[in-house]
Amino acid sequence: MEYRLRTPLSYDDISSLKTGDIVYLSGVIYTARDKAHQRILSFKEENKELPFPLDGQVIYHCGPLAKKRDGSWHIVAAGPTTSARMNSSTVKLLENYDVRAIIGKGGMSGEVSEAMKGKCVYLAYTGGAAAIAAEAIKSVREVYWEDLGMPEAVWVLEVENFGPMITGIDTEGNSIFLEVEREVERRFSEMFG
Amino acid sequence: MVSYESVVDTVAELFMKAETELPEDIISALEDAYENEDSDMAKSQLHTILENIEIARKRKLPMCQDTGIPIVFLEIGRDVKLDFDIKKAIVEGVKIATREVPLRPNAVHPLTRENPGTNIGDGIPDIVCELMEGDAIKITAVPKGAGSENMSRLRMFNPSQVDEVKRFIVETVRLAGGKPCPPIIVGVGIGGSFDKSARLAKKAVFRELGKPSEYEEELLKAVNSLGIGPMGLGGKTTALAVNVEMAYCHTASLPVAVNIQCWASRRASAILR
Repeated sequence: MEYRLRTPLSYDDISSLKTGDIVYLSGVIYTARDKAHQRILSFKEENKELPFPLDGQVIYHCGPLAKKRDGSWHIVAAGPTTSARMNSSTVKLLENYDVRAIIGKGGMSGEVSEAMKGKCVYLAYTGGAAAIAAEAIKSVREVYWEDLGMPEAVWVLEVENFGPMITGIDTEGNSIFLEVEREVERRFSEMFG
Repeated sequence: MVSYESVVDTVAELFMKAETELPEDIISALEDAYENEDSDMAKSQLHTILENIEIARKRKLPMCQDTGIPIVFLEIGRDVKLDFDIKKAIVEGVKIATREVPLRPNAVHPLTRENPGTNIGDGIPDIVCELMEGDAIKITAVPKGAGSENMSRLRMFNPSQVDEVKRFIVETVRLAGGKPCPPIIVGVGIGGSFDKSARLAKKAVFRELGKPSEYEEELLKAVNSLGIGPMGLGGKTTALAVNVEMAYCHTASLPVAVNIQCWASRRASAILR
């Protein structure tokens, strides 16, 4: 199945997605990598309010390459980064915020699939497809935490038909990546005992 | 006569080329992989990759937002006379490329994680020199992304463990799964010393794809039989190639390094005389 969704997302928007379904997104997405995750969680610990909303929103594991032209930011290239680095922080993030979709590449751990149950989906975007991604990004609405450096800051991006993405983890906790991983392990054992 | 300015300009141009145009041998390996895959999911990933490569080339955009850390291979002919600081020229070229291509400022202090925003720092750009015959300098720019680099491994085996080398290589690919943006290129360095094996592996990664040896074919077959597939979503193409470089080593040791490269195997060379 192919879905075209618009942010912010409700649980109803994502609950019908099954692993393997294709998704295109329009609306607003928030980039966040290692350092942004750490800071979001430290804000929570200190009971400080985030400068941007996360409930109903979409997080994009991405450190964009941007260029300032005439005083405003333009995205040059913005493909996904390796999601697995954010495994443990994502479990904590999902405990505290109703993030509805996480976009990234390479899949996430079994703990993350568990944490996504009844809450969130993982959308796999083709790794390295940064030029295609940049074409779907219409503007930079805001940049938060620029002190973290260009790749690690939180970029609020307006996107139109961002995709194709593949539903890698659905709201029942099914994961294409874990299925493939299990089969890969079986074949490895067959080869080497 | 090779001049300071010509090295600066060449380095900047080579990074521009490497970031925006994938070498022909890699593109044709990706096209073959597309033809060879059966599943729609694997085909769709390769289709997106090939489309992305085309857009990047046409619009002169970096094909991936991870424009890597700058590595420069220098092959210097022994008859070449340099009356300037070639390292300084390379640093200057990287500065220009960072501004003009542009390159994402990726280089940070390893512990404080402070980012100077220039891709310049102690030891970066990484400049690797080799002495050759002749009167020319070959400069190769290779931006190396972190997603794949992070999946690399090195192990010092005992000499009695020769039979375990193949398992270690295939295991490295298995542990990497979909994380390094497969289809990958696997660079293997066997022998030498601790650091020499890693350098051999890096050299193997950037070797032009061509005729594999029997051993390399055997390894590629084993790696692809895992079924990780493009982007880890399952499929026949986990790796485009396994390249192996070897060196003699101490009778008491057996170092093996495996360096992983994503599909965006970027490299560009020029020869200055």
